[in-house]
Amino acid sequence: MRKQDENRIKQLLQQSLPPADPAAEPSRDLWPAVLRRLDQESAAPLHATASFIRRVVPWPYTVPWFDWALLAGLGVFAVSFPATIPVFLYYL
Amino acid sequence: MLRQSEIVRSDPVPERSDNVLNRFRQGDLDAFESLFREHQRSVYGWILRIVRNSAAAEDLTVETFWRIHRAHARFEPARPFEPWARRIATRAAIDWLRARRPESELTDRDVADLPSNSSPDPGIAAEIRLKTAQAFGRLPPSLRVAAMLAVVEEQPHKDVAAALGISVGAVKLRVFRAIRLLRKDLLEQGITP
Repeated sequence: MRKQDENRIKQLLQQSLPPADPAAEPSRDLWPAVLRRLDQESAAPLHATASFIRRVVPWPYTVPWFDWALLAGLGVFAVSFPATIPVFLYYL
Repeated sequence: MLRQSEIVRSDPVPERSDNVLNRFRQGDLDAFESLFREHQRSVYGWILRIVRNSAAAEDLTVETFWRIHRAHARFEPARPFEPWARRIATRAAIDWLRARRPESELTDRDVADLPSNSSPDPGIAAEIRLKTAQAFGRLPPSLRVAAMLAVVEEQPHKDVAAALGISVGAVKLRVFRAIRLLRKDLLEQGITP
């Protein structure tokens, strides 16, 4: 690409995208928004921990009915055949 | 909420700038606010030059000062604050440009909405200007930012290099590649520059 072409493209670019006004200012005070962002940052670890616990232990915590049925069956089996308890414990 | 142990507040008293920088490094919120008040306009103006969208520039100014606060412990008070802030602002602006879809870049509305102190040349058709702006928006963000700052905003190459964290030679190379890609794109659209 020739230097002349390069200069023409630069000119076209300057005409297509006029430079921003160096005196441009934000339309509002941004400090409250920065403070809000900092607040979110400091609260984030607590939120993350709480949501992790909620995911691991859903609240209210409920045990499905088939778990209770399984536990009851195991209880009946242990009472009926107490000699099998050491064998169960060995294989756990 | 901000906890007292994380950010130390103290009574605002007039003091020298290096003291403010030292206090900022230690996490003092008042020193941070003082730096924010002093530099927010220049940071906003720098970001506006890159993203050319007033609303986005405001959001990115907030994002930049949040990043600055997060990095306060890494700041070296012996060095000037402004170039450091500008570098963080440039990185935030490039992240924003990368996240934005290329086809939504630099529409005629963006060009018209931008606060500018110069008027376009009536000799160049509006359609050509728009197509050039759109072609420019399709360039990779790293090339676009270098060309925007060096060619459109006519910032010194040294300042652009410092803001991008690259050498002056690398800035010149990026500008050259951007101009070459732009020329190719315009030729493909049937526009002979």
